[in-house]
Amino acid sequence: MAAADETAELGGTGSTMSIDKRLEEKLRSNLKIDHFDIVDTSGNCGSSFAITVVSPDFAKRMTLARHKMVNQILADEIKALHAFSQKTLTPEQWAAEKGKK
Amino acid sequence: MSLARAGLRTLRSLPSRQVNRATSVLAQRRWLSEEARRQIDSHVKEADVVVFMKGTPDHPECGFSRAVAQILDVQGVPREKMKTFNILQDAELRTNIKEYSEWPTIPQVYVKGEFVGGADIMYSMHKDGSLEKMLVKEEIIEELPELTEEPTQ
Repeated sequence: MAAADETAELGGTGSTMSIDKRLEEKLRSNLKIDHFDIVDTSGNCGSSFAITVVSPDFAKRMTLARHKMVNQILADEIKALHAFSQKTLTPEQWAAEKGKK
Repeated sequence: MSLARAGLRTLRSLPSRQVNRATSVLAQRRWLSEEARRQIDSHVKEADVVVFMKGTPDHPECGFSRAVAQILDVQGVPREKMKTFNILQDAELRTNIKEYSEWPTIPQVYVKGEFVGGADIMYSMHKDGSLEKMLVKEEIIEELPELTEEPTQ
């Protein structure tokens, strides 16, 4: 069985879109997104990503539930990644975080 | 059954080379068997804190697993209240635990049998203090009058 945490093979998904664009597109079509940020943490080889998603849809949900929403939307893509890290914020939390910096 | 569907979806989404590799496992186990579920049910209760990780706390074999082990160490979780499983040494557990928790990545942390999260969640709970609160509430660590072990910025 393919493991999200090990395999970096990205073929066979029938799309010519780059993986980072595909992750973003998929999230945008499933969630209302105020801010999206993606960093390739694999040195641009497209196998590990860290994303930040800011969405009002996260309101009133615990972090675990938010991550599960994202995991579910990106289930097929995550399976093909070596590592996937996410930060899920509501617009209010995002504003507070920016204010701190 | 949703797990069966998830299994099929996995198969369809995989490149053929991986499907071939995966079919031998999936032929016997299209979804988590009762036996496997029972086994993990008991694993997650073997200690107050149970971690499925790559490597061991002393010799973590992935940065995310290392981070989780370090966080639990900094929080002062006693080793005797913690049990870790090295999923690199158990291919079946590695697959099954992801289906059990419906969580796609390793490490995975359970407290008192309940799934808490992976590395991102542990890190954010560590940072905002909710991890300590939870560990105190579950009587795994004692409440400190003052945070002395919190790293300063």
